[in-house]
Amino acid sequence: MISGESTHFFSRTALMYVYMGHMRWNDIKPYEDWFWAKNRIQLVEDWVISIDYTNKSITTRSGKTLQYDKLVLALGSKPNKFGWPGQDLKAVQGLYSRQDLEMLEAVSPLVREAVIVGGGLIGIELAEMLLSRGIKVTFLVREKQFWSNVLPIQEAQLISKHILKHHVDLRFENELAEIVDDGTGSAGAIITKSGERIPCQFVGLTAGVSPNIDLVRNSELETKNGILINTFFETSIPNVYSIGDCAQFREPVAGRRALEQVWYTGRIMGETLAQTLCGNRQAYNPGPWFNSAKFFDIEYQTYGNVGASLAAGEAEFYWEHAAGEKCIHLVWDKDSGIFKGINTFGIRMRHELFDAWLRKKALVEEVVKHLRSANFDPEFYAHFEPEIIAAFNRASGKNVQLKPKTWWKNLLNT
Amino acid sequence: MKQLKYIGLTLFLGGLIVFTLLVFSGNFRLTEELMRSNLSEMELTNLGERMSAEIVDKNYTSPVSFGNAVIQIYNETNQQFRNAQQWDRVMYTPPKEFALKLARVASTGWIPAHKALLFFLTFGLGIIGALLFVLTELKLGGPAGIKNNGIYQRAATNRGWVGISTFIFLVSFYVLLYYFPYALVNCTLAVDPVKHLFNPADTASQWFLYGFLYCVVMTVMGVRMIIKYRHNNYQVVRTVVVVFFQLIFAFLLIEILPLFDLPARDLKNAWPLDYTFLFEWNVQQLLDSGHFGKFLFAWGIVLSLVIVPVMVYFYGKRWYCSWVCGCGGLAETLGDPYRQLSSKKLSAWKLERWLIHGVLVFAIIMTFFTGYLTYNVINNPDMESKEYLVGISAYDVRELYGFLIGSVFAGIIGTGFYPIFGNRTWCRFGCPLAAYMGLVQRFKSRFRITTNGGQCISCGNCSTYCEQGIDVRAYAQKGQNIVRSSCVGCGVCAAVCPRGVLKLENGPEQNRFGNEGPIVLGNNGFEIQN
Repeated sequence: MISGESTHFFSRTALMYVYMGHMRWNDIKPYEDWFWAKNRIQLVEDWVISIDYTNKSITTRSGKTLQYDKLVLALGSKPNKFGWPGQDLKAVQGLYSRQDLEMLEAVSPLVREAVIVGGGLIGIELAEMLLSRGIKVTFLVREKQFWSNVLPIQEAQLISKHILKHHVDLRFENELAEIVDDGTGSAGAIITKSGERIPCQFVGLTAGVSPNIDLVRNSELETKNGILINTFFETSIPNVYSIGDCAQFREPVAGRRALEQVWYTGRIMGETLAQTLCGNRQAYNPGPWFNSAKFFDIEYQTYGNVGASLAAGEAEFYWEHAAGEKCIHLVWDKDSGIFKGINTFGIRMRHELFDAWLRKKALVEEVVKHLRSANFDPEFYAHFEPEIIAAFNRASGKNVQLKPKTWWKNLLNT
Repeated sequence: MKQLKYIGLTLFLGGLIVFTLLVFSGNFRLTEELMRSNLSEMELTNLGERMSAEIVDKNYTSPVSFGNAVIQIYNETNQQFRNAQQWDRVMYTPPKEFALKLARVASTGWIPAHKALLFFLTFGLGIIGALLFVLTELKLGGPAGIKNNGIYQRAATNRGWVGISTFIFLVSFYVLLYYFPYALVNCTLAVDPVKHLFNPADTASQWFLYGFLYCVVMTVMGVRMIIKYRHNNYQVVRTVVVVFFQLIFAFLLIEILPLFDLPARDLKNAWPLDYTFLFEWNVQQLLDSGHFGKFLFAWGIVLSLVIVPVMVYFYGKRWYCSWVCGCGGLAETLGDPYRQLSSKKLSAWKLERWLIHGVLVFAIIMTFFTGYLTYNVINNPDMESKEYLVGISAYDVRELYGFLIGSVFAGIIGTGFYPIFGNRTWCRFGCPLAAYMGLVQRFKSRFRITTNGGQCISCGNCSTYCEQGIDVRAYAQKGQNIVRSSCVGCGVCAAVCPRGVLKLENGPEQNRFGNEGPIVLGNNGFEIQN
């Protein structure tokens, strides 16, 4: 396993917690250091600079040459830069790698004000990180509301309000025009497309990521935005596979995107490819979609598909708690009544139940009446299912009765 | 608001400094009259002459110098009797207790004359200051939610200089409490006004001081815990309950029962944590205390052998460790800022299993010995050397246990090392009751921590903040449930999880371990064939 980023595997999703002081670097490594040798996995801390597909060998920056029988390219991605003037100044960066974290750590003591460009998951994490060090954050979001290219408008508004509550200066429909040098080669201010100048000593570029394929871009390996693969993760060259953020399916699987840059899909790809490498050739076949995130204090889970806007033939139900920090959003097929997906904010739900309901194409009534059993919040938490069901019945004209809580496994068998 | 916080910190430190200075100050002068009225007849005969000559009417300016002088005479005199084989004259009061008794009465001057003021300057300032400090978090900490920012960047919680100083302070306090209680005599004088609320004729012992301090610390830090986790009802309810049990059962009832001539016992303290339960003095006292005493004896047995395992079967050992127990209560309140310091290494787990089960075996053997002695004391009062079983004295066994486990492990290491090894060192490595309940929890219980399908992102918050050093993530990232003997069910892993992956719950034993294969939920592709 070759990586120049760090000696040992770490959880990328947890980088923010190291910066915020919740954990140390060692704490975000899912395995102790002895794990790799014990499992006969040799680690090489180095950067690969070239691959010779004919002789099946790779060369590293330090001059090592390694032979392979099968090669897996899991190159990850890198933060998008759209050619903004000043995008390569010091204190202008994204947040993806360990090196990004180290850079951020190094400049932080000098930063009093920061601007974040791009309203998505990394942007809000970066905002939370900077705030934890007492840095004032201005957040430029291109859309009407935070992440409203992915979230329905109600959820996007709910999260936007929560971001404001944390004293982030949130600017919607605002884009970066250029980054201004402070005279020392470092960021000193930004200018927005509307011409406003915002002084800052740090600029976070979090407008998405793209596959990190410079290593293979102009080689005989076929690439487009990412490394092109079939459903078996096989690239255009035999015995070379690719998974994760950098891989692009020639034909997307099961209505998903061609590029899936999500932690969970990366793991599923890894599990599946491991089968193939061990002689049991398997195609990528993920189950129903799911994802999660946390926006400051509000947790988000999604199961199935809830689009930013309703597709043709879909019906929806949205419930929001009076305090404005919890909500659920259900989508189903209008004609058949089949449940299509749920967004849940501030209320935890059981993955296994929703997975089963989505697989067996359960009706939305079945989901709603069992919400009490699907709730995954800790004990002693307040429950809102009666309120949700009453609102659901009012809105949909249906008449669903809430079932009392039963052990969730029992519902899987019915 | 920030200023208010610093004012609170200053007041608290002021109280702490006064409390500490009390150990090094005071005036001690034992008059002939005081000596005569406070020594027993035997002590007077043995020690009177030498003490009159060397200590009486002399001025000492610290409790330690006074106590040491008294102990020197006491020990030398005893040694002379031993040398002369005059066994009937040897005195068996522990010297430290003897010195404490005299230090209390010999204390003169400003300190004993201003007990109420001293109470305010120590406990008063400490409580007010600490409460100000923690209450300002309501505003300063921002909206309710997990607030672990900076924990590994602050010297108090990352084994920095504040943590090391706290560690030295705590260990020193325990060493004084257990081995040099006379050094704390001024501190006991400061809580006399509280003791007088219960019994105006009585004075505060070092154990009253400790019990009162324990309650104060747990209450104030309980308020902190509730503020920190105010968004999490499990933590709020649990904290209120565990503080309640400490205040009512471990403190108030202990003070109130004797007023009705009933034996003072902590009703929630179960064997083998309560290792003195079968000691002959305990059993005798209970059996001689009428119906209530007999009830306590029966209750103790039923609690340990029936209630504890049955409750663990239904709810896991959390019902005791995190909801009722005093040691656990202190760990969950005072110890909360240190929970991340417990080692998650596999090597620590290996050590843990040997140590804690070793202590359990030791506790059972010790109880067997002392039970044999107690049986003889009650049933064969005329028997010679009742304490000897297979040539080993029950007194020796239990003295060793009391020293190694009761004071060094549970007190000095268990609490003193909070800022170094984390807040559950005793509960994780040493508590025999935890070991006993752990066996039930692991093999026959409805409790587990459920992992929510495939939602884990391996971030490590759960493992980091597990005070018991369980590598929660190792299970969660495989979609497995967490079924571990050491889990005390504090619920913090579920609280800090940013993706809602963990839930403490009780359910059918079937399928308790959750996902058994290596493939996590969300992958439709294939199943692993066994």
